[in-house]
Amino acid sequence: MKNWKNIQPYLLVAPQTLVFFLFLVIPIAAILMVSFWEFTGYSMSPAFTWDNYAAIFSSPVYLATYINTFKFVAIVWLITLAIAYPIAYFLAFHVTSLRWQIVLFLICTIPFLTSNIIRMISWIPFLGREGVLNQTLMALGVTNQPIEMFLFSDFAVVLAMVHLYSLFMIAPIFNSMMRIDRALVAAAEDAGASGWQIQKEIILPLAVPGIAIGSIFIVTLVMGEFATVRLMSGGQSSSVGYLIRTQIGSLQYPMAAANAVILLLVTLLLVFGILRAVDIRKEL
Amino acid sequence: MNIGTKINSVGKTNAVCDLGLTAQGVSLRSVSKKYGSFVAVENLNLDIPAGDYCCLLGPSGCGKTTTLRMIAGHEDVTSGDVLIGDRHVNNLPPAKRDTAMMFQNYALFPHKTVWQNVDFGLKMRKIPQSDRRTRVGEMLELIGLSHLAERKPVQLSGGQQQRVALARALVTRPKVLLLDEPLSALDETLRLRMRGELRKIQKQFGMTFIQVTHGVDEAFALSDQIVVMNHGHIEQVATPAEVFRTPASQFVAKFMGDQNIFTGKVINCIADTNSDLIELDVKGIGSLFCRGYGAVIGNEAACSIRADLVELEPYSAATSIPSTKQNHISVRITAVELTGYVTRVSLMAEKTGQELLYKVRTDDWHNSSLQEGQLIILRWSADDCIFLAH
Repeated sequence: MKNWKNIQPYLLVAPQTLVFFLFLVIPIAAILMVSFWEFTGYSMSPAFTWDNYAAIFSSPVYLATYINTFKFVAIVWLITLAIAYPIAYFLAFHVTSLRWQIVLFLICTIPFLTSNIIRMISWIPFLGREGVLNQTLMALGVTNQPIEMFLFSDFAVVLAMVHLYSLFMIAPIFNSMMRIDRALVAAAEDAGASGWQIQKEIILPLAVPGIAIGSIFIVTLVMGEFATVRLMSGGQSSSVGYLIRTQIGSLQYPMAAANAVILLLVTLLLVFGILRAVDIRKEL
Repeated sequence: MNIGTKINSVGKTNAVCDLGLTAQGVSLRSVSKKYGSFVAVENLNLDIPAGDYCCLLGPSGCGKTTTLRMIAGHEDVTSGDVLIGDRHVNNLPPAKRDTAMMFQNYALFPHKTVWQNVDFGLKMRKIPQSDRRTRVGEMLELIGLSHLAERKPVQLSGGQQQRVALARALVTRPKVLLLDEPLSALDETLRLRMRGELRKIQKQFGMTFIQVTHGVDEAFALSDQIVVMNHGHIEQVATPAEVFRTPASQFVAKFMGDQNIFTGKVINCIADTNSDLIELDVKGIGSLFCRGYGAVIGNEAACSIRADLVELEPYSAATSIPSTKQNHISVRITAVELTGYVTRVSLMAEKTGQELLYKVRTDDWHNSSLQEGQLIILRWSADDCIFLAH
């Protein structure tokens, strides 16, 4: 009976541990292992070689892909932040009824009511050469020939990602802002702070943990993106995720694994950097 | 007021502060505040003299905090005028009113240090860096927290947070300081100490303090003038001694506590030298005599006698006839509560079942040999009994 009591906690955590090992630790270990294997162009064999990593770091094409990925991360992060902060502020401070807060917040989740792929495909008739946007612009006389850059471009990739991921920024910032004691705003006004000073001195600093959590979402999601990049750029732009997918498609497993390891490390590094800079514990 | 007085420290420090303060009075003229159909404050008229310590006293929901926030400018007035000094401030933002507010639970900025919290108002007003440094330094020395300047609010005790909130409000040199339940978050011992300190600071700075409180003791201890409020209107404006000795209404008498209140019909009113002698017919008890003004024969009214001004005497049928000088009723002792210097004796009127209170020095109680359950006579002078017209 006493023994049973002692193992109970272990039994309780066992399923989670098992899932964790089977679906996270072992696959990552396998990827790490394969990334050191030898690849000859048509076959791969177990080995321990740094060749794959060396190939990545010495290839201008690969490095350009990495830089392109970082570029997407940076742009999407900036735009989602710029969109999410005012929305979260509006929801938290200007919508006073809880019911309207819930209703408006649900409206923010509309992009998630349909599948990612369908949503992206639906951008095509809107942004395309003969799409709604170009037709409208031409009808309005803003331009006299269709603008090509709307679709199958970096612009389209960023647009789709922003559309998809803004909520991941809005939610944590909104959450942070809801925790701000309204008396602080009154106290700041009382001390003579203007609307802008209240933002800068009170709301923004207290929303930073939410911004950090949102940033972690955006960074991890955009770093691993390949479907949006593939579809919205029409294959003209690339990201590391898309690169890995292509390499797997052509059975270059060791190269794909090496890229995956680098991608994982860089992403973890970014997340670690965010966590170092901001104490998010009080938000959890 | 003295301008630029060198002010000595509060507490142990030796700060010298050039505060350059002048107090200003506050006046409310027919001020009302409505939220839709709900009337929070109705037709308030009040003059608070410059340099006074004024407490707005009342139960929660009586409109006292709304009144304070209207003076501060955190709440718009629906109608009426708010004057600070002789300036009409209805349309001025809080920072332009020469007021500063100390918030309930302090509302310290959690991400800023003590220094930054105190500095905030000066920084927002774009005061030169060097001035700010001296003023914040002096203020922290004044409240005795210089050594904690780099701490964040969460690292401070309740009393220290309260001091920081006070320093943050004082540093901008307001003419009027508005305090919203400043002591309610503190434990009993600290509350008593900070109460003393607030009064001391108010005296030294000489500025007008307006404080919201629901604590009768607090209002009595601090105020030059007490404003008792109920349901959005003023019940009484008076010094603590006046409120204590002559409550203006049944509500004030009840809210202060330790009062025995009897309601009845006015049946007689005799003009006298100091005040009218009024006879009330109290249902189940009979005639009670009290002193006051404005009695209208036939009206429902009340009288109130403080629990420390009544006396007990052994029961005898002969003494139970009231005279115009003395009121008598027969009561039974239901409970005895020793609270220290004072013993509180709960009584129940024999005929009506009304609960009454008798407060007596503990030593005297011990010498009286009265027992719980005993039937006795409660007696008090008509001169001590206050007539309450409403």
